[in-house]
Formats: sequence, C-alpha cells, structure tokens
Amino acid sequence: MHIMFFTERAYHAVPEDEVLKIRSFFGVSNKFFDAQKGSQLLNEYIDEKIMCDEMGFDGLMLNEHHGTPFCMGAVMDVEAAVLARATKRAKIVLLGNPIPTVANPLRLAEELAMIDMISGGRLVPGWVRGAGSEQLANNANPAYNREYFDEAHDLILAAWTRPGPFRWEGKHFHYRFVNPWVLPLQKPHPPIWIPGLISPETVKWCAHHRYPYVALATLLKPTLEMFNMYAKIAGDLGYQAGPENFGYLQPVFCADTEEKAEELGKNFLFGGGFSHFARPEWMFPPGYNSKEATRRLAAQAANPNLPGHGLIDHDPTSDAELQSLKKALYGTYPEWLRQSQMITGTPKTIVPKLRHVLEVLRPGIFSFWLDGPAPLKDRRRCVELLGKEVLPQLREIGKELGLSDPFEVKPGSRKLSNGKAEAVGRADLIAESTMGA
Amino acid sequence: MAETNHKEETFRVGETELRVIKGGQGKPLLVLHGELGFPGWLQWLDALAKKRTIWIPLHPGFGKTPMASWIMNVRDLGAFYSRFIREQKLAPVDVIGFSLGGWLAAEMAVANSAQFGKMVLVGAAGLKPPAGEIMDMFTMTARGYLNANVVDSRTNPEFAKLFGGEQTPEQFEAWEDARAETARIAWAPYMYTQSMPELLANVSGLPTLILWGKQDAVTPLSAGELYHQKIAGSKLTTFDNCGHMPAVEKPADFIKAIESFLG
Amino acid sequence: MHIMWFTERAYHYLPEEEVLKRRSFFGVPNSFFDAEKGSQLLNQYLDEKIYSDELGFDGVMLNEHHGTPFCMGAVMDVEAAVLARATRRVRIVLLGNPIPTVANPLRLAEELAMIDMISGGRLVPGWVRGAGSEQLANNANPAYNREYFDEAHDLILAAWTRPGPFRWESKHFHFRFVNPWVLPLQKPHPPIWIPGLISPETVKWCAAHKYPYVALATMLKPTLEMWDLYTAEAAAHGYQAGPENFGYLQPIFVHETEEKADELGRNFLFGGGFANFARPEWMFPPGYNSKEATRRLASLYANPNLPGKTLVPQHLHSMNDIAAIKKAVYDNYDTAKESLQIITGTPKSVMPKLRKVLEVLRPGIFSFWLDGPAPRADRMTCLKLLGAEVLPAVREIGKELGLADPFQVAPGSRPLAASGRPERVGSPEALAAG
Repeated sequence: MHIMFFTERAYHAVPEDEVLKIRSFFGVSNKFFDAQKGSQLLNEYIDEKIMCDEMGFDGLMLNEHHGTPFCMGAVMDVEAAVLARATKRAKIVLLGNPIPTVANPLRLAEELAMIDMISGGRLVPGWVRGAGSEQLANNANPAYNREYFDEAHDLILAAWTRPGPFRWEGKHFHYRFVNPWVLPLQKPHPPIWIPGLISPETVKWCAHHRYPYVALATLLKPTLEMFNMYAKIAGDLGYQAGPENFGYLQPVFCADTEEKAEELGKNFLFGGGFSHFARPEWMFPPGYNSKEATRRLAAQAANPNLPGHGLIDHDPTSDAELQSLKKALYGTYPEWLRQSQMITGTPKTIVPKLRHVLEVLRPGIFSFWLDGPAPLKDRRRCVELLGKEVLPQLREIGKELGLSDPFEVKPGSRKLSNGKAEAVGRADLIAESTMGA
Repeated sequence: MAETNHKEETFRVGETELRVIKGGQGKPLLVLHGELGFPGWLQWLDALAKKRTIWIPLHPGFGKTPMASWIMNVRDLGAFYSRFIREQKLAPVDVIGFSLGGWLAAEMAVANSAQFGKMVLVGAAGLKPPAGEIMDMFTMTARGYLNANVVDSRTNPEFAKLFGGEQTPEQFEAWEDARAETARIAWAPYMYTQSMPELLANVSGLPTLILWGKQDAVTPLSAGELYHQKIAGSKLTTFDNCGHMPAVEKPADFIKAIESFLG
Repeated sequence: MHIMWFTERAYHYLPEEEVLKRRSFFGVPNSFFDAEKGSQLLNQYLDEKIYSDELGFDGVMLNEHHGTPFCMGAVMDVEAAVLARATRRVRIVLLGNPIPTVANPLRLAEELAMIDMISGGRLVPGWVRGAGSEQLANNANPAYNREYFDEAHDLILAAWTRPGPFRWESKHFHFRFVNPWVLPLQKPHPPIWIPGLISPETVKWCAAHKYPYVALATMLKPTLEMWDLYTAEAAAHGYQAGPENFGYLQPIFVHETEEKADELGRNFLFGGGFANFARPEWMFPPGYNSKEATRRLASLYANPNLPGKTLVPQHLHSMNDIAAIKKAVYDNYDTAKESLQIITGTPKSVMPKLRKVLEVLRPGIFSFWLDGPAPRADRMTCLKLLGAEVLPAVREIGKELGLADPFQVAPGSRPLAASGRPERVGSPEALAAG
C-alpha cells in the first residue's frame, strides 16, 4: 500500500463570514489576502511535507486551485519543485494538474520533466479537468474543457516519449517544433494517477488508460460503485483491476485525546467545508459538463454527495442569517462522522475506523487528509501521530489485506480469471448506517 | 392571447439539420435569437406575423438543431446562415438580431450586406463597449442572467410568461445547451469581434435600425451608440426604463418602432 | 553593488559536431538527451547555486530557453522554486521570463507570487521577449511578440497590485475573473530588472519604467551607447540614471593557474558559444523584429550587437567542413579575450580586467558568468575562488567607484541636475584608456 499525506494549503486568515456571505471560497476578494501571513503559512505547509518525508510516508500529495483562499497551491508545481529537492524519499504526487487551463501544455511537460529530473525520478503526475471555477479563473473555455483535456494529455505524453523535433497540430493546440531538451527521468514516462469526484466519464477514461483512479473523499457506497464500474470496463479490456488501480483520500484528524481530535475535525467545516458551497454558476460553467452530467444535474441542484448540502439557496444578507447559517453548518458535523466522511480520534480509536474503510474499498493508494484552521502545534501533533503511530499500523493492515500499490503490481497487468472481471471491494461490509445520502 | 399559428420545420444546411420555427404570412423576416436560445413566441411576433412570414432558425448546438463542431466563432455561424439564406433563396431578407443574434447579423452584414434587405439590431453584442463592459453571463446562472436582462423581472407579464415559476429540468437543459454553445463561439474575446468597428465600414446601403434599452445592463448603450456611429445611415432608437429586452419590456413601443422601419 | 553568479544550465553530453553541423544549438534533436545525465547535471547546477548562497553572493541569476541543449532551464521557475527554499540569503534573479510565450500570464503571476512567498521576499523577476527560437518552441506568434510582451507585463503587474476580482480584456489576453489568492510578499511588488542584448527599443522601455537594464555580455562600446540612450530617456522622464539603473553580465573563468583558467575559458566556445550560430530563420522569425531592427538587419547578415559576432566570424555560417568550422571557432578565442568578452586568470590576475569593465560601465548590478563543459571539480574551484577571493575585491571596487545597486538607491529616484541635462553614467574615457 502506498500511503500519502495531503492538505489543501488553505489561507486560514480569511474571515469566515466573507466566505459564508457569498457561499463560496472562490470569488472572495483577494483584498483579504495578507502576503505575510500567506508566506508564513505556505512555508509551514512545506515544512509539514518535509516532516512527512522524514517520518516515512510513501507519498506527498498536492493539488491545485486558482483564485481561492481554500488553496494557495495556485501553481502546485512550484511546491513540487521545492519538494523535489527538499525531500529525499517520498513520491511527489500531483493530483492533479488542471491541463485544460494551462494554455501552453508543452511548457507544463517541460516543467514536470524538470521536477522529475531534480527529484531523481520521484514524480507522479496526474491530470484533472479542473473544477468549474478553475476555468473561470484562467479564462479557459469550459465548453472545450474535455477536448483540451484529451489533447493536452496526448501532447504531453508525446512530448515525453516521441523523439523531437515533431509537429503537433490538434484542434486546439498547434506546435510545429516540439523538441524539449528536458525529459522525465522515469522511462518511458512517470506513472500517471488520476483523482476524481466519481464522475463516470473520468472513471471510464482511467480504466481505458490503466491509470489508477484516486477517489477524493467521496461517500463509500458510490465510490465502490465507481471502482466496480472501472473493474468491469477493465474486464472488457482484458485485465483484472486490483487494489493497484484504486486510491482513496480520507479526512483524518488525530490527537492525543478524543476531545482535541474532535476540535480539529470541526475545523474542517470552516467556511462550509471543502466544496460545500458549490455555487452552480461557478462549479458548472457553460459546456463544462457532458450532456449526461447536465441531465443528472437538471434534476438536482448541485453535488448531493456531501452532508449538509443545500442548507441555503441564497446569499445571507443579515448578521442573524449568517449566524444561523454558521450554526447549521457546524451542526452537520455528526453527519460527516456517521458517513465516515471524516475520521477523528486518537491513534488507537481511529485505526479500526480506517480498517473499515480499507476493507470496504481495498485501495492500493491511500492518503490522509488534514485540513481546517488549527493551531500549528495541533497540526504538527496530528501529523506526528499519523506518521509515527497510525502509518505503521496501516501498512500492516495493507499487507494483511493484500492491498498492492501501483509500484508493486503494475496497473493493468493482472490477468482475468476465466476471462471474467471479478468485483472489487466489499460492498457487503458497508453498514446501512454509513450508506450515505 | 391568440398566438399566430407557428410550426417547426427542418432544412438541411450542409451536414446540419437546421430546425426553424416558421409562422405568419408575407415577405420573409429572419429572426436571429440570442445567447440563451429562442425564448418563445411573444406579442411582437404576433403583431409582425400579420404581414410577414417569420423565420426563426434555432442556432446549431442550442438544443434542437444539433451542434456543428466546425462552428467555433460567430463568423463561422454567419457563414452557415449565409449558405442557408442562399439555398432558400431568401436574399435580400430583412433581419432582426437580438443580443448575440445582433452580433451575428452584424457579422453577416459586414461579410455581405447585399444578403439583407433591412437590418434591426436589438441590444446587439459584437462591439467592445467604449464605456462599461458586457455583462459576463458565464459567471452567472442562466436564471440570474435573465433577471439581470430586464429592469423589472418581478412584475413584467411577458417575462413571467417566458421565465416565471420553478425552473423545469427541460428549461435547465436548454439553457445549459445554449450557454455551452455560446461559450464555444464567444468565450474570448467575450461577446465581441475586435475588428468590428473597422469592419462596419463595409456595410453600405443597408437600412439599419438600432434598438436599445437605456438601462441595458448586459450590453451598455455605449455599444449601441458605436453601432450607430459606424453604420452609415443607421437610426438609433432607445427606450426609457428598459433593459436588454425591449421586446419583452416595452412591447408596444418595440412593435411600433419595427413596423414603421420595416414598412 | 549587487553581485551575482550565473550559468546557463547546459546539457553538455552531446556531440559538438551535432551543433556545428547545424550551426545552432536550437534544433538539435532531443534524441541526444539522456535523462540520467541531464538529471545529474541539473542537480549539480542547483548545488552550485546553493553553494554561491553560502559563499556570500548577493544574487543567483537564472535564465530560460526552450528546446535547446544550451539551457536545461526550460521553465526556470522550477529552479527558482527549489532555490526559494534551498537558499537562505541570496536574491533569486530571473532574467527573464519570456512572457510572450507562456500563453497564460496569470498563471505566471501566481507562480512568481508563490516563489516570492516561499523565499521570504527574495525574488527579482524580470521579463524578456524571448529569443526568436523561443517563439518557435512555444508556437507563440512572433508577429505579435511585442504586443504580447506589453500586455502580459501590464496584466501581471495588475494581478499583483489591483484588488480582485477584476476583468482584463486587452487585445491578446482575456480574463474576466482576476483574483489570485497568492500575491508577492514584497510590496507593492517585487523589484523588476530587465536583461537585454542592447536592443534600443528595450533600453528605452526600461528607462520609461525605471527598470534596471542588465546587458548580457555585450561588447563594451555599444553597451555604453545603450547606457547613454537609457540616460537620455531617463532625463526625458525627469530623473537622473545612476549605477542602480544598469547591470552587466561578464563571462569569467578563474582557476589556480593561468593555464587551467584558459582551459575553462576555451570551453566557453563549445559548439560555437552561446549565441553564436544564430540561424537567422530561427533567431528572427516573422514579425519578431521591429521595422527599425529589420532595417538594421537588412544591411548586415546578422545582428552586429550579438557577442557572437566577435566569437564566430560570419563566413563560418556558409562553411561545410566541420573540422574547419571547429578550428575557426576556437581560433577566435584570443580575440574574445582581448575585447574582455571573456576574462580568464587567477583571482589576482583577473582583477585589473574586472576593474576596467567596472570603470567603463559603472554598473550597480554585476554578474559573473561561467559556462562551457568542464569537470564538476573545476567548476566548483572556479566558483569557490570567485566567491572567496574575487567577490570581496569586486565589492571593494564597487564601494570605491560608488556603484550603488537598486537596493541602495531606488532606480529612478535620483534627481536631475538643475540644468535638466543628464550626466553620463559610464566612462568612454576609461574604455579609450586601453
């Protein structure tokens, strides 16, 4: 099992009310950004990653968002570059670069090649379409998002593997002299993993490319459904999916006492939590969704996967409204716990809960996720407990359950038995009480 | 309200099955709808349908007419309709374009003004406004954008007829289709052609009426004034206490202005 | 005086003949690239930068080129990010980001903001139009190069200083939601320096923006002329230019003996030297040059301002015999040394030559430049001697000559004399002194 640590690199000094007022992190004016505080925080996040490397985590996971205090990793490759040199052992896992928004994918190919070279071949790049808001922040036409994604993906892979100079003339990207003089150290190219919020289109695409699919803290039941959809397509393509094809990101808050852990866990709901207030006009800009996805949405207002969704449908205008909204938001906390969307406790109490998640999903890739504003020493203690106490136990559970990671078993290399795909995970272990919305 | 009998017909334009709403009688009048699609048959269409055959093509990709992926900008769409006009022998046809449809009409006029008889631009996009900016529909919900289209979204009866009540799944999907196709052709530069002021000098001998709401929050009046200044012999008529939808907000004045212009 | 250290991060393990026969580094197929060797070299270059931080240099200078073995800094911001964390004290000086080629300048603004934040405010960004070949490598339309440059520059500055969200709709860049949530630590924004190969257009633009102009190893005489042009333009904008407005990059090779230093110096000519075999079709793609520049070119085969002219005689471009070309390239070494285009020697023997350059140009910013394939140990020796012996001596000369850097005197803050007439910054007399 490949065990990672993840955190959005949030700018916590943003006044929570500013987020609640517009029901969104994206869109809060950057006049609230204090570069001194931001600089200090960003370096603390890097310190944390370095600490994880030293404690023996297998991977350090990064992500990227633009124009939001929720994540200062606006260009996560900058952080990846820092870590390439400042860490020694851990893989640097990028989940993922929003390739439809970069406008010059060849520069990205060079950027990543250099990071792989500097890190001594420890890069695991991944691609995303980018949230709707990323399209707005970068003014990347959402109606061509999927086309940009496919083309940029193909171009980057070609730049890494096809000897130059060559021409690339796609629908959206046009180059007549592709010949980068930096190339990834890993051959033929670094392993590629894809994160997702269980969009069926992406899951299918991953199965076709034999890319491991990492579900980002989605509910267990629909997640397992997607894993099995992957496995079925894999079967049609002639291979058996295994743990090495799947990953899962799990919010975990660990402390020396249950009370302290709870306190950390509650902070996760700051400003409404990570994609809580997903304003539809920013989450789903024009043409971003496929026809199928639009039809799914037509019947429902927004992402229904999260507890407490749909608490309000208008911007709160008065103080009283803000206060009652805040109360309602933090009131959803037990629901998060009940659905295993968040795990809190001491090392001793969280391990059984983690075991449950691992038994159900059987992922070969697993990442802890710590977020929410918290005092530095509490965060540090959490990371320390995860690294020193939880991680070794998880590794044992992984062995016991046979959760091979993509470095142990090559994704797509597992043979079908009797020519038929076997189901993955253990749906039968999902208790009724945790089935979710 | 007695609505004029109108129906949908299909015309083949190249590879595309173009859906067209047709109604009324007399000389053809081409109506180019805006960025959220054809909203529905309204008072002003009833009035004009008495003397004219109304042709309302539903732009490719806006839902009913399938998307034509080769169309990647408004000029491409204009070329598509030029072919349609030529093949249906409609030229010179009178045209009314609304918002994005106004931009489309302007693109077609600068390419070949002889294909039109008379041209009406209503709150047309297509020009970078000298003052103010074109409201960014792509960072708003369709509903929010529509509400901002008019001065009074709460009590206007025509507006309520079109957009009142709960949003239906069909409406949501149609708006998403329209928004997506508009993004395909008008994402950046947003809603204008940079060379349009210069190109408009190529419009010659085309009687043009420019209609604008004085309180238009979508395409600022400054753009209407620039159209007026650049199209030789054009006439600019503005409506008081009116936003981006004079046909909905000021139907009587709107009908009068168009009838007296088209004759 | 702000003293820096610079190297292109060349990939040296390629057959020199491949360069010579094409008369260009750009365009050599990347099938000659071995990622293992490249990786080791790229880390070695980073080691050197980290070492120069420890040695007490004021700045480490980076540059960027695409699609050429001459420079593996294809995205130098990756290296800048590494150094932001791996160094403690030095300024990280980017000369410069080729802004017309990045296609999404807002992402670049975010990238640089993060680097400034991580480094604790040690970033000095700079902009270039990018060599002609960068336009080809990135497929950035060279005919709009200057427009892209101006617009991207203005957008980046706006993103850094204007509260968001705001719209940006210019001729080439269209954004409707500019609101980055990473911003530079340095306020109102990091200092900006501009490097150049003495294009008068760029020099004037720098003077108008009060940006220090760093001449990249150009010949002393035309460099001085550009200083005068800058100074005149500065006066037109109401200020007196000073050393803080100027910088110079100097190839220099130091070792324990003259012979060893010479060996290093000769390596600088590997493949013809840095801008030497500038194939016109790649250096000057369509529309890249202004009308004036094109007219200058029309009467000359190539840009006479490029140091390559002295390093490689023009007739080599039409030769086919690789061995003969190679010989001619290296035969030119002595000329390059005579004109101080290359300085070699022991820490002691290079000082008079360096003093001369400083007396002539009077730059507030000065960078040593070491390049050419050489064993790691020799490069480290060179760097160590530069840092431990040459740097303190140069610092003393800087004090003696009053060479204020942009951190001591804000560029553009020096008042004009009452007469309104600017004083010359450099010294043609010192150049004539021989």
